[in-house]
Amino acid sequence: MATAATQTVERVVIRFAGDSGDGMQLTGSQFTRTTALAGNDLATLPDFPAEIRAPAGTREGVSAFQLHFSSHDIHTPGDESDVLVAMNPAALVTNLSRLRPGGLIVVNEDKFGRRDLDKANLDSNPLEDGSLGDFKVVSAPISSTTRDAVAPFGLNSKKADRCKNFFALGMMYWLYSRDPQNTRAWVRKKFEAPYLEANLAALDAGLHYAETVELFQGTYDVPQTHELPEGRYRFATGNTALAIGLATAAGKTGLTVFYGSYPITPASDILHALAAFKNYGVATFQAEDEIAAVGSAIGASYGGAIGVCGTSGPGLSLKAEAIGLAVSAELPLIVVDVQRAGPSTGMPTKTEQSDLLQAMYGRNGEAPIPILAPATPSECFDVALQAVRIALRYMVPVLILSDGYLGNGAEPWLLPDLDAIPEMKPSFRTDPEGFEPFSRDPETLARPWAIPGTPGLEHRIGGLEKAEGTGNVSYDPDNHQRMSELRAEKVARVQQVLPPTDVYGADSGLLVLGWGSTYGAIRTAVEQKRSKGIDVAHVHVRCLNPLPADLAGILDRYDTVLVPEMNLGQLSRLLAAAYPVDPIPLCKIKGLPFTTGEIEQAIDAHTRSQA
Amino acid sequence: MSTVPDVIARRPAGEIPEYTKKDFASDQTIRWCPGCGDYSILSQVQTVFAGLGIPREQFVVISGIGCSGRFPYYMNTYGFHTIHGRAPAFATGLKATRPDLHVWVISGDGDSLSIGGNHLIHAMRRNVDIKLLMFNNRIYGLTKGQYSPTSEVGKRTKSTPMGSIDAPFNPPALALGAGASFVARSIAVIPRHLRATVQRAHEHTGMAYVEVYQNCNIFNDGAFAEFTDKSVRSDRILELRHGEPLVWGKTERKGLVLDGLLLKVATLGDGVAESDCLVHDETDPTLASLLVRLEGPDAPLPIGVLQGGPPHLRRGLPGADQQGAQDPRQRRPPQAPECRRHLAHRLIGCATSSARSRSFRRRRPVGSAACSATSTTP
Repeated sequence: MATAATQTVERVVIRFAGDSGDGMQLTGSQFTRTTALAGNDLATLPDFPAEIRAPAGTREGVSAFQLHFSSHDIHTPGDESDVLVAMNPAALVTNLSRLRPGGLIVVNEDKFGRRDLDKANLDSNPLEDGSLGDFKVVSAPISSTTRDAVAPFGLNSKKADRCKNFFALGMMYWLYSRDPQNTRAWVRKKFEAPYLEANLAALDAGLHYAETVELFQGTYDVPQTHELPEGRYRFATGNTALAIGLATAAGKTGLTVFYGSYPITPASDILHALAAFKNYGVATFQAEDEIAAVGSAIGASYGGAIGVCGTSGPGLSLKAEAIGLAVSAELPLIVVDVQRAGPSTGMPTKTEQSDLLQAMYGRNGEAPIPILAPATPSECFDVALQAVRIALRYMVPVLILSDGYLGNGAEPWLLPDLDAIPEMKPSFRTDPEGFEPFSRDPETLARPWAIPGTPGLEHRIGGLEKAEGTGNVSYDPDNHQRMSELRAEKVARVQQVLPPTDVYGADSGLLVLGWGSTYGAIRTAVEQKRSKGIDVAHVHVRCLNPLPADLAGILDRYDTVLVPEMNLGQLSRLLAAAYPVDPIPLCKIKGLPFTTGEIEQAIDAHTRSQA
Repeated sequence: MSTVPDVIARRPAGEIPEYTKKDFASDQTIRWCPGCGDYSILSQVQTVFAGLGIPREQFVVISGIGCSGRFPYYMNTYGFHTIHGRAPAFATGLKATRPDLHVWVISGDGDSLSIGGNHLIHAMRRNVDIKLLMFNNRIYGLTKGQYSPTSEVGKRTKSTPMGSIDAPFNPPALALGAGASFVARSIAVIPRHLRATVQRAHEHTGMAYVEVYQNCNIFNDGAFAEFTDKSVRSDRILELRHGEPLVWGKTERKGLVLDGLLLKVATLGDGVAESDCLVHDETDPTLASLLVRLEGPDAPLPIGVLQGGPPHLRRGLPGADQQGAQDPRQRRPPQAPECRRHLAHRLIGCATSSARSRSFRRRRPVGSAACSATSTTP
C-alpha cells in the first residue's frame, strides 16, 4: 500500500547509466515507450560507446540513455538530468556533471566495492567521501535484491545479475507512477523461460522494493500533455521514421524501393527497419561494401526502381565516385548520410554535422546534388518522401543529411494521414518517336526516364560526357560547358518545390539560423529568451542545396546571424559564399548535441553586444 | 507489387523480329585499335544475341572502365558504362529489381581482378543471374601499358621496367574459389568456340563467368601466342566437351590421366589408350579445379566450360520463351558421363579393382553416394 504522497511535476529528465552490457539502452527505451503511452511529449538521447562490451566496470564502457518527458511540447532530451540511475561507480562519475544540483542519484550499492572503485579509477568511495553532497542519493542493493528475486528460476549468478536492469526500471516506474503493463507484455513476447519469469520477477521486485523501503520521499506524476495535436502517435527514432518514409514512397510511386546498404553505425537501423518491409514494396540488399551498395542502388534506379543507399560519413566518402556517375547519368537516387563524428573512423556512436561540405563538394568534377536535412526524428519521414519526389521530378541524386542524434533519438510521432500525401507517379518514357535520352523537360530540365525493357528506346548511358540530346559520348568543349551548366541549373531549380521558409520570432536584430538536429536546442533556447522579452528569431534550413529562394531576403533583415553547428562552421561558409552576410559560427564538436543553455548563452552574448 | 513497372509492354512472342547480327550493332563508330581482340568478342556476342529469340530491349550490357568498358556503346541494346570495377554491383541491383532482363557485364582483367575484385567474388558467391565476360589481355591498355593482375612474373611494362615481381591471378581458379556456379574460358581468336561459350553462358541460370583471352596488339602483343598461334594451336589447346574424353593434339594425340591426386599428360598409344583418359564432367568442381591448375611445358590450355554447375541451373533450349526457360520441368539435364571414367569414380572408387580406390572408399563412405549421384544416366 503506497503511503507516500504523489507530487505533480511538468517535466523530468532521467538518465540511465551503466556498463554497456547492463542493458541501459533497453531500460531507457522501455521507459520511453511506457512514457509515450502515458501521453507525454518526450525526447531521447542514447549515448553509448562503439565497443560492444568494453572492459566491465571501466569508464570507457559506460553506456547511457537520457529521456526527457513532459506535460508540455518539448524539443530536446534536456540539458541536465533530474535523476541519474547509476549501475556502477564508473557510470556515476562519468555522468555526474550532467545531473542538476539537487538532483536525485539512484545507485546500485552492490557495485561499490574496492574492486569496482579501482576499475573506475576512484581512490575513494563517492558514496562515503562526501563528494555527492549536492545531490539526494538513494543507495539500493540492486544486484543482490535482483538475485534473490530471481532465485526460484534456477539461473546461475551471472545470468541472474543480468536481470538487474529490470529491477532498476521497476524502481523508476514506481517513482514516476508509470504503468508497467506494457513492459510486462513486451517481456512476455521477447523472452522465453526461465528468462521471461526472471525478468518479470525483477521488474516487480524493483516496483515493490521502491514502494516498500521508503527510500524516496514520494512519487511523481507527469500528467499527459495536451499541447500536441490530437491523433494517433507512435514512438519513432529518426532512422525508423526515415525507413517508414521510404516505404511510403514505394506505395505512393508504385515503384520498388531498393535499399542497398553496407552496415555502418549509426545508419544500420535503417537497413534493419526496411528489411522488414518486404510486403510494402521494399527490397533490401546488404552489399559487400559501400561502393557496391551505392552501385546496386544506381543499377536499380536505372531499371525503374527507387534506388536508395544509407550510410555514414566514411561510407559517403567511398560512395563519392558512384554518386558522381548518378549525377552524370542523371538518374534518381537517394543517399542517406546519418552523420557521425569524424574524420576517418572518428567516434562512430557520437553525433556530428561535419559532412555538409563533403555532401556539397565531395565529388570530382562539377557534381552538384540537392541536399535535404531533417530537423527532428519525425521529420525524417517527410524528408524521405520529399527526397524521392525531388529525385524523380528532376532525375537527380538527392542526399539526406541526418545524424546520429536524429537517427537514434526518439520522439512521439503523430502518424500522418496517408491519403493527404500526394501520389508521386513516375513518368517513364515509352514513346520511341523522337526519343533522345538527354532531351530535357523545359520546366525541370529533367531528362526522360527510359528504362530497359521498353521497346524502341534502346540507348547507352555512362560516366563519359554526353552530347546534349542524343547522349552520345562527346568531347566537344562547348557541349561540356553547356551540360555542366544544365546539371547545375537543374539542381538550382529544385527551389521550385521548396516551401516558404518559416521564420519564428523577431523580424530584425538577432537571427539564429540552424540546420538538422540542432533544431530542438535552438528552438527551445529562442522560445525561452522570447518568454523573457529578448527579441530573437529562429530560422531552420531544411534544404541546404539549393538554399531556399527566400533566404536572401530573410537574412537581409537581421543585423546578426548566429549559426550553431556541430562542426567548425560549414554552413557559415556556405552562407558567406552565397549571400552578403557575415555569419557568426557557434561551433560545438564534442560528439554531443547542443544544450539549450549553450545556445542561450550565445544569444545573451550577442544581444548584450547589440544593446 | 510487380517488380517490372507496368509501363513496359511485353512484345507478344510472335512479334519478336528475326534478328541478324547487324540489329545488335549500334550506330557508334568503334574506337578500339585496329587489330584488337575486342572486335571479335563484340562480333560473336552480337551474333549470339541475335539468335537467342529474345527481344532486343531485354538485353542490358553493363561495363566498368578500360578498353572493354566501351563495349556497351557498340551494342544496340540498353547499355550502361559505369565506373571502374563496379559493374557487377550495378548489375546486381538491376537484376534484383528487374529479373525479366538479360544482364551482361563486360569487364577486363584490371577492372575485374584489381579494382573490382571484391564485387566480382561477391557476385559469384551470391550466384546473381548475370553473365560476365572478362576480357583478359594481361595488360592495362587504356592507360597505355602498365602490368595487370594477370601479367606474368618478370613482365616488363612501363610501370615495371625491371620486370613485375607480383604473382598473377589464376582467374578461373579464383572464380571456382569464390563459388562461381559457371566458369568457362574461351579465346577471342577462335570465334566458333567463343560463340558457343557465350551461348552456354546465356543458358546458365545464375552467375556465368567467362574468361576470354584477348590479344592487345599494341601493349602486349602475342600474350597468348604459345597456345593460339596457328602452328601450335591444335597441339596446345584442349577443348572441353561434357562427357567426352580429355584428349587433344594433331601431331601427337595426348590425354589427361589421373596420377595420384593430380592430372598427368599422357601420350596416347604408348601403353595408354583413349579409354584410359578422364572424361570431362562439367558438374564436377574437383575436376574443374585440377584443370585450371594444369601447368608445365606440355600442359594444354583447357578451354570451354570448366564448370557448368549443377544440372538444374541449365536453361532450356535457346529460343524457348522466357516462361519455358524458367520452368524447371523443361530444363534439360546434361548427360552425365559414364561412371567408370569419371574423376569422382577414379578417386573414390565405384566398380574398380584399384586398391587405392578401395581404400578411399573405406575412408570416405560418402564417396559411393557421390558416384551413384553422377552415374545416373537418363
